[in-house]
Amino acid sequence: MPKLRLPKIPDSVVPAPLRKPAKPGRGGLPKGQAPADLKTAPPERQTDVQRLGDKAKDAPADVLAWVDQRTGATGFLTGMLYRKVPKGTNWFYTLGSATLFAFIVQAVTGVFLAMFYTPSATQAYASISHINNEVPLGALVHGMHKWGSSVMVILIFLHMGRTFFFGAYKYPRELNWVIGVVLLILTMTMAFTGYLLPFDQRSFWASIVGININGTGPIVGPYLSDFLRAGPELGATTLSRFYAIHMLLVPGAIIALIGAHMYLVVKLGTTAPPWVRAEKPKVATPVAELDAGVEGNGAGPSNGASAT
Amino acid sequence: MKPQDKQAYLEEYELLKKKGKPFFPYAVLKDSAMALIVVVVIIAMSVILGAEQGPKADPTSTTYVPRPEWYFFFLFEVLRVIKPPELVPIATIGIPTICMVLLLLLPFYDRGAERRPERRPIATTAGIFTIIAMGYLTFLGATSGSPTEIDMEVAPQYEAGKEVVAGAGCLACHKIGENGNHGPGPDLTHIASRVPRAAIIRSVEIGPGIMPSFRDLPQKKLDELSDFLSSLD
Ligand code: HEC
Ligand code: HEM
Repeated sequence: MPKLRLPKIPDSVVPAPLRKPAKPGRGGLPKGQAPADLKTAPPERQTDVQRLGDKAKDAPADVLAWVDQRTGATGFLTGMLYRKVPKGTNWFYTLGSATLFAFIVQAVTGVFLAMFYTPSATQAYASISHINNEVPLGALVHGMHKWGSSVMVILIFLHMGRTFFFGAYKYPRELNWVIGVVLLILTMTMAFTGYLLPFDQRSFWASIVGININGTGPIVGPYLSDFLRAGPELGATTLSRFYAIHMLLVPGAIIALIGAHMYLVVKLGTTAPPWVRAEKPKVATPVAELDAGVEGNGAGPSNGASAT
Repeated sequence: MKPQDKQAYLEEYELLKKKGKPFFPYAVLKDSAMALIVVVVIIAMSVILGAEQGPKADPTSTTYVPRPEWYFFFLFEVLRVIKPPELVPIATIGIPTICMVLLLLLPFYDRGAERRPERRPIATTAGIFTIIAMGYLTFLGATSGSPTEIDMEVAPQYEAGKEVVAGAGCLACHKIGENGNHGPGPDLTHIASRVPRAAIIRSVEIGPGIMPSFRDLPQKKLDELSDFLSSLD
C-alpha cells in the first residue's frame, strides 16, 4: 500500500483553542503585530457593520473559549486530537472506526425508518410498503439500513480479527476486548430482532425458527423463548417486544459500551503492529531525531501492512 | 505476563508512541477515507440490491423459506451437523455459548507476552481454523436452497399432500426421497414405517424442537399432508 503523505494543516484553518501549542523554540504564532488596517481604518472610524464583521470573525474562537471556561473540554479535545498514535499504525487500524461509522449509519437511517414504521402485526407490513413505495427516498434509506447491517457485521468481525491477530487484547487492553465481545453479541442481537420487523413470510418463519432454537437451550432455553415470543404464538406482542429491544434496549447498551470502548482506546492508546520495534538506541537519541517520526527508518506503516 | 514483561511492554510502547504521528490529522484522514468507502458501499448496495419485501407474513400460508439472514447461516448449519434430538441443546445454545465464553475470556487465559501472530502458533492456528470453519458453514448455508419440489412417484390420491409438503418449506429441514436437506430435522422418506399417523399429525401441529408449528394451516391441507406422510413407508 502506498504511504500516505499528508500536507501539514495550516494553523489558520484550526480554531485557536484547538491549535497545537508551538514547540518550544519554534516561533509559534506571530504576536503583538498591529493589524494592517489600523492606519486606514482605526477603531474609532469603523462603522457598525465593520465592527460586527470583526466580531463575527472572532465568534468561533469566542464560543470555544466560552465553552472551555465552563467545561474544560478543549484541553481534553487537544489531548485527544494530538495524542500520538504509535509508529507503524496502518490501514488495519481503521476497521474499528469503520465499524463505528457503520453503526452511525444504522442509527441515522433507523431514526428515519422509525418515523414511518408501525410496529403492529396488522400494519407493519403495509408501513414498510409505504416506506418503499411512497416516502421520498424511503426505499434508499430502507435499503441502506438493511444492507448496512451486513456491512456492520462484516466490519465488526474484521475488526475483531485484526485485534486478535495483532495480539491487541493483551495487557493492558484486556478490558477493551471484553467490552468488544459484548458489543459483538449486542450487534448480533440487533440483527436477530431487526429481521422480524418487516413482517414478511421470510422474517416471520425465520424468527419462529430462531425463537425455537433459543427454546432448545438447556435450563434457560424455554424461559428465553417464552420471553422472546411474549405469548403462545408469534404475533402482535412478539413484534412489539422485538421492536422495543431493537429500538431502545440494545441500541442504548451499544452506545454506552462504544463510549466505554472509545474511552479506553484514547486512554490506553492503540497498539503498534506487533512486528514493529522501537529499535532502542544504544546511545541516547537526540530529541530532534525522535521528533522526525517514522520517515527516517525502515519499518514504516507500508512495510507493516505488507508483512501480513 | 510477568511484571517485568508488562514493564518492558509499556516502555517499548512509550518509545513507539514517541516515534509515531499525531492522531489528527494523520489517523483521522485514514479513518475518514474508510468512512467514505463504508457509506459509498452501503448506498451502492441499497441502490443495486434494494430492499424488496417478500409476501406478507401469514401463519396459514404454506409458501415460505425459513431462512435466516446470511450471517446466521453458520449457526443453522451447526444444527445440520449435530442432529440427534438429545444433542440439539448442545448445538443450538451450547456451542455458541461456549464459543462466546471462550472469546470473552481470551485475554485471561492467553497471557503470554508474545504478540506476533507467527510466534503464537496456537492462537493463530485456532483463529485461522475458526475463520475457515465459519466461512465453510456460511458457504454451505448459502448454497443449500430450499427446494419446493418432490420428485417422487406417489399414488394419485397422495399427489395433493405431496404438493402441500413441497410448498410448505418442510424440505428446508427434512429430506424426502431425493429432495430436501439433511437436517436439522430427521429424514422423512420412510417416516410412516417409524411413526404412526397420529404422531405425525401431532408433530406437525406442535412443532417439536426447533420446528415451527403448522397448526394454523387450513384443516384440508393438514389432512392431505398427513395422508401423504403416512403413506411413506
Ligand atoms: C426449521 C426446520 C424444520 C421445518 C421447516 C420443518 N421441520 Fe419437521 N422437524 C424439524 C426437527 C428439528 C425435527 C425433530 C425435532 C425433535 O425431535 O426434537 C422435526 C420433526 C418432524 C417430524 C417428526 C419426525 C419423527 O421422526 O418423529 C415430522 C413428522 C415433521 N418434522 C414433519 C414436518 C413437516 C410436514 C414439515 C413441513 C410442513 C416440517 N416438518 C417442517 C425441523 C423442521
Ligand atoms: C460496535 C462495535 C465496535 C466499535 C465501534 C469498535 C471501535 C473501535 C475503535 C474505533 C478502536 C480504535 C482502534 C481501531 O480502530 O482498530 C477499537 C479498538 C479496539 N477494539 Fe473495538 N470496536 C467494536 C467492537 C469490538 C470487538 C467485537 C472487539 C473484540 C472482541 C473489539 C476489540 C478491540 C480492541 C482489543 C481494541 C484495541 C486495539 C488496539 O489497541 O490496537 N472491538 N475499537
